[in-house]
Amino acid sequence: MSRFSGGLINRSRALSFTFDKKTYSGHPGDTLASALLANGVRLMGRSFKYHRPRGAFTAGSEEPNALVELRSGARREPNTRATVAELYDGLVATSQNRCPSLAFDAMRINDLFAPFFAAGFYYKTFMWPASFWENVYEPVIRRAAGLGSLSMEADPDAYDKGFLHCDLLVVGGGPAGLSAALTAARAGARVILADEDFRLGGRLLTETLLLDEAPAQNWIGSVEAEFASLPNLRVLPRTTVFGAYDHGIFGAVERTADHLATPGSCVRQTLWRITAKRTVLAAGALERHIPFANNDRPGIMLAGAMRAYANRWAVSAADKIAVFTNNDDGHRTALDLASKGAEIVAVVDTRPEAKPRGDYPFFPGSMVINARGTLGLVSIDISRDGGIERLACGALGVSGGWNPNVHLASHHRARPVWREDLLAFVPGDVGGPPGLRAAGASAGCTSMHAALTDGARVARETLADLGIDARSPDVPKAEDEVVTPHAFWHVPGNGRAWVDFQNDVTVKDIELAHKENMRPIEHLKRWTTLGMATDQGKTANVTALAIMASLTGKSIPETGTTMFRPPYTGVSISVLGGGDKGPHFRPRRLTPTHRWATENGAEFVQAGQWMRAQYYRRSGDAEPRATVDREAAAVRSSVGICDVTTLGKIDVQGADAGAFLERIYCNALASLAVGKVRYGLMLREDGFAYDDGTCARLANDHYVVTSTTANAGLVYRNMEFVRQCLWPDLDVQIISTSESWAQIAVAGPQSRTLLSRIVDNFDLSNEAFPFMACTELTRCSGVRSRLFRVSFSGELAYEIAVPTRYGNALMSLLIELGEDLDVTPYGTEAMGVLRIEKGHAAGAEINGQTTAQMLGLGRMVSRKKDAIGVILSRREGLAADARRLIGLLPVDTKDKLVAGAHLFAVGAQKVTEADQGWITSACHSPHLKCYIALGFLENGAHRMGEVIVAANPLEDSEVSVRVMSPHFVDPEGVRQRA
Amino acid sequence: MRYSGLRVVVEALTGHKGWKPLWRNPEPQSSYDFVIVGGGGHGLATAYYLAKTFREKRIAVLEKGWLGSGNIGRNTTIIRSNYLLPGNEPFYEFSMKLWEGLEQEFNFNAMVSQRGILNLFHSDAQRDAFRRRGNAMLLAGADAKLLDRDAVRRMYPFLNFGNARFPIKGGLLQPRAGTARHDGVAWGYARGADALGVDILQNCEVTGFKIEAGKVTGVETTRGPIAAKKVGVSVAGSSSRVMEKAGMRLPIESHVIQAFVSEGLKLTIDGVLTFGAGHFYISQSDKGGLVFGGDLDGYNTYAQRGNLPVVEDVAESGMAIMPVIGRARVLRNWGGIMDMTMDGSPIIDRTHIDSLYFNGGWCYGGFKATPASGYAFAHLLATDAPHPTANAYRLDRFARGYLIDEKGAGAQPNLH
Amino acid sequence: MLIPHPLLGPRDAQEFTYLGDASLIARPDGTAAGAEEAFFEYTYLRDNPAGTHRELWFHEAGDRSWLVVTRNTLTHEILDAQLASDLALAMCPEARE
Repeated sequence: MSRFSGGLINRSRALSFTFDKKTYSGHPGDTLASALLANGVRLMGRSFKYHRPRGAFTAGSEEPNALVELRSGARREPNTRATVAELYDGLVATSQNRCPSLAFDAMRINDLFAPFFAAGFYYKTFMWPASFWENVYEPVIRRAAGLGSLSMEADPDAYDKGFLHCDLLVVGGGPAGLSAALTAARAGARVILADEDFRLGGRLLTETLLLDEAPAQNWIGSVEAEFASLPNLRVLPRTTVFGAYDHGIFGAVERTADHLATPGSCVRQTLWRITAKRTVLAAGALERHIPFANNDRPGIMLAGAMRAYANRWAVSAADKIAVFTNNDDGHRTALDLASKGAEIVAVVDTRPEAKPRGDYPFFPGSMVINARGTLGLVSIDISRDGGIERLACGALGVSGGWNPNVHLASHHRARPVWREDLLAFVPGDVGGPPGLRAAGASAGCTSMHAALTDGARVARETLADLGIDARSPDVPKAEDEVVTPHAFWHVPGNGRAWVDFQNDVTVKDIELAHKENMRPIEHLKRWTTLGMATDQGKTANVTALAIMASLTGKSIPETGTTMFRPPYTGVSISVLGGGDKGPHFRPRRLTPTHRWATENGAEFVQAGQWMRAQYYRRSGDAEPRATVDREAAAVRSSVGICDVTTLGKIDVQGADAGAFLERIYCNALASLAVGKVRYGLMLREDGFAYDDGTCARLANDHYVVTSTTANAGLVYRNMEFVRQCLWPDLDVQIISTSESWAQIAVAGPQSRTLLSRIVDNFDLSNEAFPFMACTELTRCSGVRSRLFRVSFSGELAYEIAVPTRYGNALMSLLIELGEDLDVTPYGTEAMGVLRIEKGHAAGAEINGQTTAQMLGLGRMVSRKKDAIGVILSRREGLAADARRLIGLLPVDTKDKLVAGAHLFAVGAQKVTEADQGWITSACHSPHLKCYIALGFLENGAHRMGEVIVAANPLEDSEVSVRVMSPHFVDPEGVRQRA
Repeated sequence: MRYSGLRVVVEALTGHKGWKPLWRNPEPQSSYDFVIVGGGGHGLATAYYLAKTFREKRIAVLEKGWLGSGNIGRNTTIIRSNYLLPGNEPFYEFSMKLWEGLEQEFNFNAMVSQRGILNLFHSDAQRDAFRRRGNAMLLAGADAKLLDRDAVRRMYPFLNFGNARFPIKGGLLQPRAGTARHDGVAWGYARGADALGVDILQNCEVTGFKIEAGKVTGVETTRGPIAAKKVGVSVAGSSSRVMEKAGMRLPIESHVIQAFVSEGLKLTIDGVLTFGAGHFYISQSDKGGLVFGGDLDGYNTYAQRGNLPVVEDVAESGMAIMPVIGRARVLRNWGGIMDMTMDGSPIIDRTHIDSLYFNGGWCYGGFKATPASGYAFAHLLATDAPHPTANAYRLDRFARGYLIDEKGAGAQPNLH
Repeated sequence: MLIPHPLLGPRDAQEFTYLGDASLIARPDGTAAGAEEAFFEYTYLRDNPAGTHRELWFHEAGDRSWLVVTRNTLTHEILDAQLASDLALAMCPEARE
């Protein structure tokens, strides 16, 4: 098959490409499908269920058949439509869903057994024996299922996302879209024109119709030139607007580099979130077909597609052409192909009264009733006046009328409206995306003139809403023929007539669904898989529901459509993720001492978004646990330092700051004196424990409160809620200062000595600065600091806060000055050990399911005041809960304890009913030289000394443990007060 | 008619002439013993078990649209019993056991496929929480395995073990969990119930309740009034709207959760996988589509559609954990309305109105509960006593403080 | 979605965090008789309307103000947005005096 003359391809350059390892040649401007047709290749794919040989059925993104795996290696893209894949030099495409080859597919056997695979057959069988489903039937089905395959390698390309704003978004760059964009841009509106194709023009590119008596290309060229001069208009070619979201927001994907062999230094695709005040949907119309027996042969395609291949790409699927139509538009295909030099063997028109429009064999009142040619069309059977005539041809164009493209207009679940005069659904007036109006063929226009004028009119009216005065441009003169549709939905007969090609849904399947009472359109879809293939039934759905309507005797609008959902065409998961993958999935927050920690051998651990030093491994440490033991022991024996900056820090100021905090915390804070710190427990309003921390009063009207690392954002949000929404009359201001202050814990018997070496003229003695004292001071000759005498470890300890930029230097200074004290940096692991030894609750204990009472803090909850959560904490179910935080020691000190084990009375059966609690936290205690644990135990307060069982059936272990106070170290609190 | 492989063969050879409708389209009768409001999975299952197990007669299911048009028609098909709390786990394990014999029981292949669910963890704290949960599952007679990083890698070598922001440390596996063909479940129950004489009334919307002296005596519908001795409401996302007609306010908000399916692909992932450091879960259907989703959009809505930020978040999370799916394309993205309760757990209980029963608040986890929910609701309707595995699902638990809060998120539905 | 912030103009909803029904502003008096019942209703029961809904959004990635947004839960159309503190202040007994 040689090329016709003309077309929008650049014949001066040849592009080499391969399909199934065979090398072919095409030209810039080709799609893979047009180039394959030009090389005489009609067979491009296989169907999903019956593995029927298939060729390109359309010339656009609605393609159901010609799906290939594009590219190779990690860049392989399964299910790529050859009809829109832009040809580039070196393109590699491989056919899919066939074995071993496209021409000889062993799975073709399915087609022979097709009667057994009727709609819904799998719901009726494969049930016995039950175990065979997972072991026999399903593995076979799963191996056979699917179309293309992923490379199973990580996508190597880069992606981006961006935000765009405009007055008017025009979706589609065909006649209506161009005229809408021109109208709006000339009026000065900010306009975005997006089109999925790589050339503007839409159907103007595929027709031979004249504009102002000149080829349409001339007009497109002048419009493009004017577009280039308008700074307020942005054209996005190769861009699919795939979804309509709320408040004028649209999702769009720009395929920045898919027309290149590799993206090079560019991103492959960009996800645009376009916020448009108004939108014109000018997405054209999609042709529908007429099902008849074996209408899926390669070489059979939509008549409009056949015309597009001839006019835009100068190719035809064959030399001998036939057309099967129920409307005048099909005749255009015959005329255009004939003028290009193809031989028209028949134009078969279902309308008895139809007239030929040119000199070709004409079959009015006739039907194509069968097609032959397994791997490519050989001949068709035409039924005329009761007789059957067989004609040889290699390609057949089918036209069953046009469906306006209502997809985006229906994404808000608005139902399209049936227009009997058009025999088609058009966008309805209500319930669509706000500010969106359809124009041109999308709105039901059937002539080029109507589309051009409608685009301008809709743009003008739409902009008037925004107060922008636009005038219609001089729309070029174009044909204005009214196309009268004709209700002829399918050819009756006994053969299999495909409605949905990819999923192999035939007219018989619809009839069977009707017989089995799967009549609602959604049941039809789900029972037969109609419209569930990669094309979402763009060429099938309306035809199918018309057939169902004729079976039920209901009208088409009564039968209704299925739901339109985004995306309009498939969107890669990569681009939806916007390129935030691997380490860039979430931000990484580094502590002020991160550099010091890195230089000093820290291993880091994720704490939410934070990277915290987990421990500082030394060469002498035998194993990670030895490191942790060493660090924890150093705190108990000398002094350790640890970055605790990640704790949430909230500054609370104002005359009513104290009254405000009194409502935030469940415990009493009113009596807190200036210069003092108090432990504070917050409840949720539902009475459960929420978060804990310290509350320091620096001045009469100035407090600094801390939250846990995990809840820093939530606590701040909640405090703003209380301040703004519950007690807005209080004179109080709050701000998060978590990022402003570096905070370092200095803990251990030598901490006072160490700190005394850096503070400026400040008495750190126990008398002057006792346990739970706080102050603002300076250190190192004037650096502003805050000092809190608080202890998480139970040792004499302080936390010193300095402006963030000094954090790293303070860390190295403390290490340097404390060398003689054996100062030891410690990480989160040792911190965890120290707090478990001391019996302090943390995230595993305050996990949102526990109460103050369970934590042993029940008496803290004030009964005098109204604070968040105190009322509902009194409910029966919370008050009656007798589980308490306890400590656990293994009876055999060699036994290991793990968090997540459940607690049982000795001898109890290991069942839910006998479950008495669980271990929340466990660690090896260097202080007690054995494992210790915290946990919640039924009636725990009264079971001290009892031996129970910690069972971990998940890892097949059971340990005898003794119940004790959770305060393993210094229960009287002597050390921290030293 | 009975379905079997033989029947499929015989019909194939005789031109499929013998197939019968899966269910009738009956006209409403003026009164029933039991009226179930809501023809979704739970409503149909309730009617089925009422008729089959509790041998009740004169049962109708009232559905405002087409049967199976609610969340049973748009979920991501996962079945599992991997819960933590004693109020939940025995119930979901009961459901899992019903799933295991379901298809043989109602003679319909709903493609119940026990291919396992793996919940990944990325920190020691998550591992400890999963250990607690896995043990709770075993205590309730379910199955669970704790996998380390190497075992996860052997199972799914294509996950991001290289440069992940949150490295995989292991996972909690429930081998008996898996998926089921969601529509098939609705159809299996509907067909089974219809065969037992249940009237399934489609396009029959309840517009009001007839309540006399504190007792419900029937419902008003778009197809006329229907008297009933007992009325059970099982309407998921529409719970507040329907119960408001009986004058009740519920501890429920309606939220949207989005779901996604990719274009059909050759076998990519065998079981169900969830990401522990972002909002993402995924499985692959028998047709080849990757079925995945993430978090709620987060705002009250009845619109059955969501917005782009969550779409992007789900895709980011997917790419973070499973970057091999990048070049697959999303085929379709939809939203369903979730009846989110204040503690994230469901309600199966009487109401303060005599003979009016409520089943709802399934959040985004209703599909896996379908068999047990139907069974337990039928039990309650037939015997007036809660099923032993469902006796924590009481309406008064919020007032009395017996919450079943798996996540510990508190009284904020969009956090569950 | 776009939230029409009363001070900052239209802002992407992604900058906000959603809490729930705006009735959460009207916290009962914990010292009054019957407080537990009032708190139960306040904390747990919701109208959850299909239609106009007044709800709380926090401009977390913005100016940190809490807004009361009036939005239709069927169409997502936003009818109004106000500073929650203005509305809350108007409800304070002290402010009315």
